Amino acid sequence: MNAVVVATKAKRPFDVARIRADFPILARTVYDKPLVFLDSAASAQKPRAVIDVLSRTYENEYANIHRGVYYLSQKTTDAFEAARETARRLLNAREAKEIVFVRGGTEAINLVAQSWGFANLKAGDEVVLTELEHHSNIVPWQLLRDRTGIVIRAIPVDETGTLDMDAYAKLLNPRTKLVAVTHCSNVTGTVPPIKEIARMAHAQGALVLVDGCQSAPRLAIDVQDLDCDFYVVTGHKLYGPSGTGFLYGKAELLDAMPPYQGGGGMIRRVSFERTEYAEVPHRFEAGTPNIAGTIGLAAAMDYVMDLGLDAIERHEAKVLDYAHKRLSEINSVRIVGTAKDKASILSFNIGEVHPHDVGTILDREGVAVRVGHHCAQPLMDKLGLVATVRASFGVYNTMEDVDALCAAVQKVQRFFG
Amino acid sequence: MSDLRDLYQEVIVDHSKRPRNFGKPASVHQHADGHNPLCGDTVTVYLTVEGGKVAEVSFEGRGCAISMASASLMTEAVKDKTVAEARAIFEHFHRLLTGKDEFPDDALDKLAVFEGVRDYPVRVKCATLPWHTLVAALESRAEAVSTE
Ligand SMILES: Cc1ncc(COP(=O)(O)O)c(C=O)c1O
Repeated sequence: MNAVVVATKAKRPFDVARIRADFPILARTVYDKPLVFLDSAASAQKPRAVIDVLSRTYENEYANIHRGVYYLSQKTTDAFEAARETARRLLNAREAKEIVFVRGGTEAINLVAQSWGFANLKAGDEVVLTELEHHSNIVPWQLLRDRTGIVIRAIPVDETGTLDMDAYAKLLNPRTKLVAVTHCSNVTGTVPPIKEIARMAHAQGALVLVDGCQSAPRLAIDVQDLDCDFYVVTGHKLYGPSGTGFLYGKAELLDAMPPYQGGGGMIRRVSFERTEYAEVPHRFEAGTPNIAGTIGLAAAMDYVMDLGLDAIERHEAKVLDYAHKRLSEINSVRIVGTAKDKASILSFNIGEVHPHDVGTILDREGVAVRVGHHCAQPLMDKLGLVATVRASFGVYNTMEDVDALCAAVQKVQRFFG
Repeated sequence: MSDLRDLYQEVIVDHSKRPRNFGKPASVHQHADGHNPLCGDTVTVYLTVEGGKVAEVSFEGRGCAISMASASLMTEAVKDKTVAEARAIFEHFHRLLTGKDEFPDDALDKLAVFEGVRDYPVRVKCATLPWHTLVAALESRAEAVSTE
């Protein structure tokens, strides 16, 4: 990894007690028990800094952007465009114009599929996914398949949730045009070797899209070092507002791509005969975006960069290791996903107890986890599971949270033992 | 706040672990599949109706304790009942799970153990899935039932 990535240099010490104090919601109780929030992989809680920026924007500096000639519109436009620079820094992209703001990870992937994919792929071309993917990195490619006749393939995983890289090598061929892979599984926490995957894809002339929805909040990312062509980030998992996110795309790719949606803001000149489209990235930002949300997302990115992504990664690795250890000590617990490279997402099952029953019992102990198929049914099918219980950790989680989880799991055992 | 034991009563835990009338009969007369896409629960109800009465009823499926126990207790509740009686029991049962002031009715008998489910709105569908599937089997609708 590049040693001088700005985003990973912490500006403040990693002090969990102080971090927890930054998140107002963590002070509340549920069912008279302290909240133990272990569902950041679904959506993370928001620090005061983000909440304040949202209300400050609406109270003080809000107007539509890229349109008004007046003071407030200019101020808001400046803040929105500054967010682009913040996103560039987070990923260490070369230029801010390589950042396209969207409403979330799902929209970013659909944008690539419908714009780049529809313009560049034809019947028989192959898109390689992996069995780890979230539905949002599967269904957009199936929609494209219905329109173009492309072929979808998937890199298999083994029972630990690790990608089979030999199988990947065999899947690659001259028809392979794109490899679209997650940087962190939202079920098993697996972190695939993106750099290696990209190198192999590029050697075949294929492009690489990385779904960074789960990795952006957890890992230091350098898109130049990874050498991926597209990188997808969703805001709400990154401690930012929901309905925000961005797509990184290499400038030369974005420049050559047709618009995704049509409307205001993405044009240079419109007549009924002909429309000239705006430059990148505005070409892909039709309509009024989530203005305040995106400015709030910048505050969230500043927040994690101030903590340092490296420090976050180290902290969450410690919590994950401890959770692995403590849960493994409970007889009936079976951990789902034991890949060597893994980020702070931990799926498990308790004996034959259905995850929904586990979720209900944990909830009454104040422990919020996600249960179900986690929008990754192909992975569930592969692992022979209907559902799992998933605990995921964020900057604010502690060893005490893990202890509370384990105590609640013991309670499930007592109920169903 | 209701206690977890109000939801997971002994009877429910017992029926979820050892479901009664579980399995596919040798000859199937009427059946229907039910599915809750939200949590992936599946249930198939098999029926033989003779002379307007539920002569045989069994089920297969995979799901949470609430849905499995509900299916198990349902088969016990509707066996030997007329089709109209079976539907009436479901109506009572549904009111018990969703109504604020409903009290378990005599007609519900053992099914009254599900009263606690109404304090867990997201779990009501788990308890009603087998019943919706039973109704579909009674009507022998070909298509799968979904809770959505
Ligand atoms: C790995 C992964 N990719 C994509 C998404 C979709 O993100 P969003 O729902 O924010 O569009 C999610 C979140 O649900 C996810 O976990």
